[in-house]
Amino acid sequence: MLRKALSAAAVLACLTFGGAASAAEHGHTLRPVTFSFDGPFGKFDRGSLQRGYKVYAEVCSSCHGMNLLSYRNLAQKGGPFFDEKYKNPNDNPYAKAIAAAIEVPDIDPDTGDAITRPATPADRFKDPYPNEPAARAGNGGALPPDLSVIAKAREGGAHYIYSLLTGYHEAPAGLTVAPGQYYDEYYKSDLSSAWKGPKDKVPPGGVLAMSFQLTPDRVAFDDGTPSSTDQEAKDVAAFLAWAAEPHAEERKETGLAVMIYLLIFAGITYLSYRRIWKNVAH
Amino acid sequence: MGESLNISPDHADDPSRRDFIHIAAIAAAGGGVVMTAWPFIDQMNPAEDTLALASIEFDFSKVVAGQQAVVKWRGKPVFVRHRTPAEIAKAQADDQADMKDPQPDSARVKEGKSEWLVLIGVCTHLGCVPNFGAGEYGGWFCPCHGSVYDTSGRIRQGPAPLNLAVPDYEFLSDTKVKIG
Amino acid sequence: MSGPSSYEPKTAFERWLDVRLPIIRMANDTALDFPTPKNLNYWWTFGGILAVCLVIQIASGVVLAMHYVPNAGLAFDSVEHIMRDVKHGWMIRFIHANGASMFFLAVYIHMARGLYYGSYKAPREVLWILGCVIYLLMMATAFMGYVLPWGQMSYYGAVVITNLFSAFDGVIPGLGTYITTLLWGGFSVDNPTLNRFFSLHYLLPFMIAGVVGLHIWALHVPGNNNPTGVDVKSKSDTVPFHPYYTVKDGFAIVLFFIPFAWFVFFAPEALGHADNYVKANPLATPAHIVPEWYFLPFYAILRSIPDKLMGVLAMFGAIAMLFAVPWLDRSPVRSMRYRPTARWFFAIFIVATIILGWCGGQLPDDVILPIGKSETGAPTGFTVVWLSRILAAYYFAYFGILWFLKNEKTLPVPETISAPVLAEKV
Repeated sequence: MLRKALSAAAVLACLTFGGAASAAEHGHTLRPVTFSFDGPFGKFDRGSLQRGYKVYAEVCSSCHGMNLLSYRNLAQKGGPFFDEKYKNPNDNPYAKAIAAAIEVPDIDPDTGDAITRPATPADRFKDPYPNEPAARAGNGGALPPDLSVIAKAREGGAHYIYSLLTGYHEAPAGLTVAPGQYYDEYYKSDLSSAWKGPKDKVPPGGVLAMSFQLTPDRVAFDDGTPSSTDQEAKDVAAFLAWAAEPHAEERKETGLAVMIYLLIFAGITYLSYRRIWKNVAH
Repeated sequence: MGESLNISPDHADDPSRRDFIHIAAIAAAGGGVVMTAWPFIDQMNPAEDTLALASIEFDFSKVVAGQQAVVKWRGKPVFVRHRTPAEIAKAQADDQADMKDPQPDSARVKEGKSEWLVLIGVCTHLGCVPNFGAGEYGGWFCPCHGSVYDTSGRIRQGPAPLNLAVPDYEFLSDTKVKIG
Repeated sequence: MSGPSSYEPKTAFERWLDVRLPIIRMANDTALDFPTPKNLNYWWTFGGILAVCLVIQIASGVVLAMHYVPNAGLAFDSVEHIMRDVKHGWMIRFIHANGASMFFLAVYIHMARGLYYGSYKAPREVLWILGCVIYLLMMATAFMGYVLPWGQMSYYGAVVITNLFSAFDGVIPGLGTYITTLLWGGFSVDNPTLNRFFSLHYLLPFMIAGVVGLHIWALHVPGNNNPTGVDVKSKSDTVPFHPYYTVKDGFAIVLFFIPFAWFVFFAPEALGHADNYVKANPLATPAHIVPEWYFLPFYAILRSIPDKLMGVLAMFGAIAMLFAVPWLDRSPVRSMRYRPTARWFFAIFIVATIILGWCGGQLPDDVILPIGKSETGAPTGFTVVWLSRILAAYYFAYFGILWFLKNEKTLPVPETISAPVLAEKV
């Protein structure tokens, strides 16, 4: 028994060590927020995803693309606009309407001219800029990152996005902020070169080219939810978390079934093992 | 080492219970393997983005009588043929002829739109693309193994067993057809 | 041990096959009737677990290769295509990505077991060395696999590791540059590098499988070591592999699947890095690049040495020590169960390696024990790099200690495997 306990402890130690080693330092504690999809059993809140999409479409999408997503994704199982009646997301009228309202670039098949046409659910989200230099030129040299997997590409995921979007305030005295740059308490960067004060008191956060966006009532929510900065940030963070891994809910559901199966399987195998070894002194 | 294999440690036990737990363990293992195998096989099915492109719309207003347009649908050619009155008459006249896969011409077009023939341009023999206008019946001729189709896309000569398939399609307007 | 075969063909077909291709005989003698010491503990189940890991990695990898595109412009998006559009693609990718970590976890336990119970000692030196070869191949495979998603960590991982070879410029000027250019197929890590890494990442697992075959062959000549380290003396010391160890290994494998599945389904990114979800950008390095956790101890050894060439040599030397250990350890007693002094050094070795791994994940100049402040106000004191140096020194010293522990006072070693078993029962 002791040996078994030791083995288990060793395995656990290795796992914890692996986890700890990969967790880079956060620097500044994020703002506390609870998402419905946190934890192994968490699920996305459809209403929040729908509001989050609206925030993305009306605010973020003017600078940030999401080119790994198609309009059909919005209506797929687990997506913000999934409807039981339309198993095939391409038939979902809501996704069709969203797509049809957006003009995407195409080539005229007869003349070869560059034209635009209404998007279909199969089209990728339209990029706000035709190419990277155009994106940089439109944003003072900074490139607005694509948001498709942003919730996975930033330590802290949706929690970090929420903190960032609500973390703008006046820069601390002693910090040089260039024109066209904005201070955010949670933006992860090293400010020591822009800091005039004592070296052990470098303020947290960073400066970025995006200014504060989510003013109250910037987006009018269809379900009547009051549109505060906090609500907008929370909903768009949830939407981006969903977009980064649309199958996350399915993953957790499958995982639960797999864990139950494995526990039962382990029990049966253990009994089988005990029975076979019963009469062997070892 | 032969003997040691034959020593059953459960010799004195009730055999039914012994068997049950071992069979249950083996069954659980087998079930696990099957359940795990499924995703590994299912992944070969068309992905979501492939399925999303399963229907297309085509504007056929520029296809003149006596010609066909070839559209790519699900990676395969679709023939959209604008038939002349002579071709339609010929196809209808042959409705009673001896054929491998008998079908009247009227069953292969939409009612009132008999000048438009929409076919999957894949020979029913082994999948080559038949040539337009060639062959004895003025329909299509498959260069691979010599199957001959008439102006209704029905198989008349050669090894192909079936007529050229008609995909699911509908006329959205007088100039636009939705395939798939 | 691999005495006369116990196989007797039962049917006419088996007799017919047996004189043409004795494959059933081989399966019987190696996997069914094989006499196995009856006192193997759970640490011995990791061999079977590793075989399962290899099968899982190959199966999921072959499937991923059906959808992955090894092109610098398309690789990242094709991985996301697997995650989003391919049926069950997310599951297969997470199995493969976390499977690599689980594979290394199991191999480290397997190696530690070999070191503790003296499984490398005569007559199992070749068995041990083949294991080291498998480990090297695993590292190469894992490294190249990590490059394939073509994220920032992939890219800079490839840059840093291939640049290790540039250290050979310090041996013969131009040699290192020649090697790195050859590895890259250009003047930097780029599309040709990605293409060849994909090709080799697909090839190496099959080479691993081949060496695993040799490893098992080499195991079946002397037979298994066991926790006492005492040779098998009689038939009563052993049980046939099947059903005794098939069921024990099977149980251990199912237990192993529980944390494995936990990672796949509930924490699939826990062992990864957020930066690898940013597409590779050759113009900007992420703030903090670290290798995957299973390379961290070696990474810490590399960084603990201020000289480029010496650092690289120390890192490779840390692995080379494993090859030499059968001849460095001169003690006549195999199992450390009966070597009270060596056991302590071994325990410290394991702890030191784990802490080295922790050091590898930190910034080298991070202060662990602050002593004072520098003129600019930044804290000074005992840093990660100094801790790494002490631990790296111990890592190497351990193998020397084994050399000098030849005449260590050992506990009484039992006559036979069965002896202590019976004694415990009393």
